[in-house]
Amino acid sequence: MSWWNTFTTPSGFWNPLVWVLIFLILVLLSYLIWKRGESSYKKGGMQTDPFLSGYGPESKEALHVRAGNIYWGFASALKNYYSLLRKIHTGIVNDYVGWYIGILAMMLFIYFLWGGF
Amino acid sequence: MSWDYFLNHSPALIIVIPLLAAFATPLIGRFSRKAMYIWITASLALTEIFSIILLYGVHTGGTMVYVMGANPYNLSVPPDSGGIPVRIILTVDSFGAFMAFTASTVALAGGIYSIACEHSQTGQEKYYALLLLMLVGMLGMVLTGDLFNFFVFLEINSLASAALVSYRIDKGVAVEAAFKYAIISSIGALAFLFGVGILYGEYDALNMAMIAQRMKFTDLDKIVMALFTVTLAMKAGAIPMHYWVPDGYGKAPGGISAMLVTASQASLYGVFRVSFTVFGLSANTLTLGWFLIILGVLSMFVGVTMALIQHDIKRLMAYHAISQTGYMLLGVGVGLATLGTAAFNQYGLAAMEGGIFHIINHAMYKGLLFLTAGAVIYRVGTSDLNKMGGLAHGMKYTTIFFMIGALSIAGIPPFNGFASKLLIYESVYQFNPLLSIIAMIVSILTLASFVKVFHSAFMGPKIYDVKEVPKSMLIGMCILTFFIILFGLFPNIAMTYLVGPAAKALANPLEYIARVLGGGA
Repeated sequence: MSWWNTFTTPSGFWNPLVWVLIFLILVLLSYLIWKRGESSYKKGGMQTDPFLSGYGPESKEALHVRAGNIYWGFASALKNYYSLLRKIHTGIVNDYVGWYIGILAMMLFIYFLWGGF
Repeated sequence: MSWDYFLNHSPALIIVIPLLAAFATPLIGRFSRKAMYIWITASLALTEIFSIILLYGVHTGGTMVYVMGANPYNLSVPPDSGGIPVRIILTVDSFGAFMAFTASTVALAGGIYSIACEHSQTGQEKYYALLLLMLVGMLGMVLTGDLFNFFVFLEINSLASAALVSYRIDKGVAVEAAFKYAIISSIGALAFLFGVGILYGEYDALNMAMIAQRMKFTDLDKIVMALFTVTLAMKAGAIPMHYWVPDGYGKAPGGISAMLVTASQASLYGVFRVSFTVFGLSANTLTLGWFLIILGVLSMFVGVTMALIQHDIKRLMAYHAISQTGYMLLGVGVGLATLGTAAFNQYGLAAMEGGIFHIINHAMYKGLLFLTAGAVIYRVGTSDLNKMGGLAHGMKYTTIFFMIGALSIAGIPPFNGFASKLLIYESVYQFNPLLSIIAMIVSILTLASFVKVFHSAFMGPKIYDVKEVPKSMLIGMCILTFFIILFGLFPNIAMTYLVGPAAKALANPLEYIARVLGGGA
């Protein structure tokens, strides 16, 4: 297996250099299509302003979505799951040790049952 | 001194160099801070060079055995020892050398990065001494062939790491994180030592190869197997024993957070080493394999879903570190579960290769991501994503490094994370399709999480008037980026010289045992 060869997997292959080549061709094609676009477009003019039913756009700072608001729907849909996770993440070191001891005890039991042949 | 001298003594030199450098650092630091920076960089670079020499030695000559104080250096079983390997024995197979290279590379990047990042902090002599000792701990853990020495290096690693987590103090919050880490690490280390004591009582040996050969797999050995695997899985940050990870990674300085990734991986190495080499010949590897698989799936899913709701950039990345550890546990776990069956050659070995490839990939991209997080905190002064925005306007290089790290961790081609994840998806699918599907969903959620970080920290209007971080921090990030791109574009380099031999060495404990007990030759 040489370093430039195709990387083989159990049921397929992967050649990053071919991927990069195709990617570059697609970028070039996209650029050529973009070049054929409307030539009268002027950056910074009224045609680039968002249309908000006649209202003026808010300041850019006010429009920036903060991290706490991103994926709120995901967290809200899974609120029961997250409330359970928050409940077990107590931040108390006694609980950290408790989980470790608990898993240790469980694995002792499992290894005694199925650990050997 | 010839090339052969350095090659033969490289297992010892790679540990001795950072160890001596650590103790000399405070002395040099008293005279000149600049000299100390040069000293640290040179020591870390030399350690990296020896890790490459070690890789070369193992690649050309097979497993290396080095006996401290013996003449010749590889005399593991002296004629008057009654057939028992004595003295401190370092046993370096391809997997150990692979881990040493990974740890040395991240330490080099973290050390150079810290020069500017910690420039205004007090107590830097202690910081760099501890950084080097942390590296000594990691290297010792992955190169030793002796369980008691593994415990000693585990302790060096844990104590240095805990001290470094508390370095910034941060109104006591970092000290609290370090305290929790120290408590859980000490309890784990004592449990590990208890297991070592049981094995010594049973088999009169501490050497892994000797114990593996004499292993009768009694009920006491089952207790030891639980003590070892659970303790080391906890130290690797596997769920549900991961609670120390967001605390520790989140509060450590940027360079140290990157090194904590490889410190956890040294424990992960321990899980794999004892599972394959010490117990692999006698235990039911299906049970052991499923233990790793279940921990892996839990770590992947819970880790990424916890990361999605974080708004502290370092804690978010810490949860991702847990999640990515799950991939390694899953891949190697499938290899272990299929060991000795026809399925091993069909897809088990490939799963192991995927898991092991993911170790080095994760060390590089998660190390890079922690360095970019440190760079953001260095300029903005907060780790709260809610208070960030528009940093790409002033920190262009950091933004590019972050993008490379984020795309890589999400498994987007052509970066290195894709190659290892592809191997894991394909091989694990043949073992159990559901596990592979979960792994893919976790990848999608990982991408979603890093889109959130990218948007909230780097995109949007300019909130802070910041400039790019100093050069040494950029060099640190650049080192890791180089390997991300190298292993991404040319995965066969990693597969041929690092990953493939490491997986085969781990899966074949008989060769390991024969090399040590056969006198090291």
